[in-house]
Amino acid sequence: MTDTTLPQSSRDAHDIAHLEIVPRKHVGRMIFAAIVVLMVALLIRAFVVGQIEWPVVGQFLFAPAIIQGIWNTLLMTVAAMSLGIALGVLIAIMRISGNPVLEYIALVYVWIFRGAPALLQLLLWFNLALIFPTIGIPGLFEFSTVEVMTPFVAAMLGLGIQQGAYTSEVVRSGLLSVDVGQYEAARTIGMTGMQTLRRIVLPQAMRVMVPPVGNEVISMVKLTSLASVIQYSEILHNAQVIYYANTRVLELLMVASFWYLAIVTVLSLVQSRIERYYARGTRGRTTI
Amino acid sequence: MTNEILVKAVDVCKSFGTFQALQEVSLEVRKGEVNCIIGPSGSGKSTFLRCINLLERIDSGAIWANGELIGYRRDGNKLYEMSDAEIARQRRGIGMVFQRFNLFPHKTALENVIEGPVQVLGENPKTAREHALVLLNRVGLADKAGSYPAELSGGQQQRVAIARALGMRPSLILFDEPTSALDPELVAEVLDVMNDLAASGMTMIVVTHEMGFARNVSNTVAFMDGGRLIEHGPSARVLTQPENPRTVDFLKAVQR
Repeated sequence: MTDTTLPQSSRDAHDIAHLEIVPRKHVGRMIFAAIVVLMVALLIRAFVVGQIEWPVVGQFLFAPAIIQGIWNTLLMTVAAMSLGIALGVLIAIMRISGNPVLEYIALVYVWIFRGAPALLQLLLWFNLALIFPTIGIPGLFEFSTVEVMTPFVAAMLGLGIQQGAYTSEVVRSGLLSVDVGQYEAARTIGMTGMQTLRRIVLPQAMRVMVPPVGNEVISMVKLTSLASVIQYSEILHNAQVIYYANTRVLELLMVASFWYLAIVTVLSLVQSRIERYYARGTRGRTTI
Repeated sequence: MTNEILVKAVDVCKSFGTFQALQEVSLEVRKGEVNCIIGPSGSGKSTFLRCINLLERIDSGAIWANGELIGYRRDGNKLYEMSDAEIARQRRGIGMVFQRFNLFPHKTALENVIEGPVQVLGENPKTAREHALVLLNRVGLADKAGSYPAELSGGQQQRVAIARALGMRPSLILFDEPTSALDPELVAEVLDVMNDLAASGMTMIVVTHEMGFARNVSNTVAFMDGGRLIEHGPSARVLTQPENPRTVDFLKAVQR
């Protein structure tokens, strides 16, 4: 029966309205799923039978040098990200301050530090002694640049300052996302500009800012691996030091991969917690 | 209503680019008076209201509120623009209720009301809380103290907004079309609260399209058109025996 025209009698219509419904079969979906599962299985097999000695990976997973590297990676992530967020908020406020000089300086900052590659910036900071043998304020204090610019300091400045350029754009879009009526309502209860920003606008902007800042924290975890180039002993650097000695290159790269993934996984969970906190007072809009 | 003048505007002019939003607007409002400003959209009603608490800066003229010149310090023959902090201090005594409520969405109804008293007036959080609960009770929302704005209807949000304005213990409240964004069935609950407020002797300047409120509650009505104050007087007189033909036309149009 393929007749779907309007039946003449209401009894026929009633019968049709109560026929069994057979769900559509998604044949295409099943075929594609099967192909992809097969490819993934082949990939896993390749790694299992390939020339990686998995016991060696297990052996170095908790090696003291690797554990030390994890701590240093986390420390650098926190240090560079803190500097990045502090600079980002400062630059964003400068951008919307209404002071033309500050606005211009903020623009130039973003232009330069977002424009130059992060690795290059790290090398510049690390080699700062070549242009400025000493740094300080003449007459007050002075340090030898080589002594001050340790791998930690150079990496923190390099990563943190370029991060500030990106974060300032996130903060700025967060500030702009808050309705102008909120600024006005805050003003009418007698708040000053700074009070308005701190009590009313920033907490609301946070809701918009947390997901992208969370992404940036996660990319910062991975970006810290660049600091291996300037001898900062984070995970990748320490893994390299070990494989230069024992030549188990791929095994140690696997160890490093495992730890980066582990850190990123934990941070993703923390991020969703924070998002829920700042979403208070808004109706859940997790899907469109 | 007393004879004490609470708000006085003299020859207020304001333009946005080439558009003259206000042209030599002068108005007096006494303590305890309820003044309605009516007129077609774009006539400058809201702009004038926003000049009183400095949400807009005026180009020329002068406005006094609570006995002080708003926005300027006089030194000899010159007026100096006030600092951010001085303007903030002047705004404390002038409440404002917005068309779109503008409640702080990340704070509960109670937190919205105590924010100003605690952060700006430095009130003890416990006393501020007690006062806020009294105010929420007054607008009929004591049971919604812990609700976030998104959980409240438009009428309830606007009543919280009125309680928030009252939290600062203002001597004057400005209402900028307080019922225009509400569904028709929610208008009455907000107007009821405003009636009570008027009966309690609060000085109110209300930009509104609610002719019933203007007729029954307000003492004076000001009609604005094209950025000018066309007619101003006791509400019964302006609404029933308008003198200016433009007022006559406007009242005919809205009462149709």
